[in-house]
Amino acid sequence: MNVDVNAIFQIAGIGIIIAMIHTVLKQMGKEDMAHWVTLIGFVVVLFMVVRLLDRLFEQIKAIFLFQ
Amino acid sequence: MDIVQIVALGFMVTVLSLVLREHKPVFAFLLTVFAGLAVFLLLLDQIRFAVRTLEHLADRTGVNTGYLKTILKIIGVAYIAEFGAQAVRDAGQESMAAKIELAGKMIIIVMAVPIITVIVETVLKLLPA
Repeated sequence: MNVDVNAIFQIAGIGIIIAMIHTVLKQMGKEDMAHWVTLIGFVVVLFMVVRLLDRLFEQIKAIFLFQ
Repeated sequence: MDIVQIVALGFMVTVLSLVLREHKPVFAFLLTVFAGLAVFLLLLDQIRFAVRTLEHLADRTGVNTGYLKTILKIIGVAYIAEFGAQAVRDAGQESMAAKIELAGKMIIIVMAVPIITVIVETVLKLLPA
C-alpha cells in the first residue's frame, strides 16, 4: 500500500500553524475570526482523515469478503 | 513495510501529538487517527497475504467455504470495531468506545449464529435419542 506518510507531518503542521494563527488573532481581539480559522483548519484535516478512513474500509471490505 | 519504519512513525506521531495536544487537542486526536489509519493501510498487504493463504489452504482441504467466509467476516468486523473503539478511547470517550465494542460483539454473535446452529445440530445428531 502506498500511503502518503508526509500527510501525517502535514496534519501536524496545519495544527501548529492554526494554533499560532488562533493565538495571534486572539491577541488582536478578533475572537470570532480566530474561531472560524480553527473550524476551517479542522474541516480540512477531517477531510483528509475521512478520505483515508474510506480507503481503509474499502480495502478491508475487499479482503475480508464482505459483499 | 519495514517494522523499523512503523516504529519510527509511531514515535514521531507521539511526539507531534504531545506538542499539539497543549494547543489544539482536536488536531492531536485527528493526527493520531490518521497515523493509525496509515499504519493499518501499510499492514494491509501482509493481512491480504495471510487471508489469501488461508483461503487457499481451505480450498485444498475441502473445508466448507461458507464457514471460512463467515470467519473472515468476523475477523474483519473485529478489526474495524477495535480500530474505532481505540480511536474513540484515545479521545477520552470511554463510554462511546464501550458502545462501539458492544456493537462489534453483537454483530459478531449474529454472524456466528449459523455456525453455532450447525455445531448444536451435529451434537444433537450424535446423541442417541
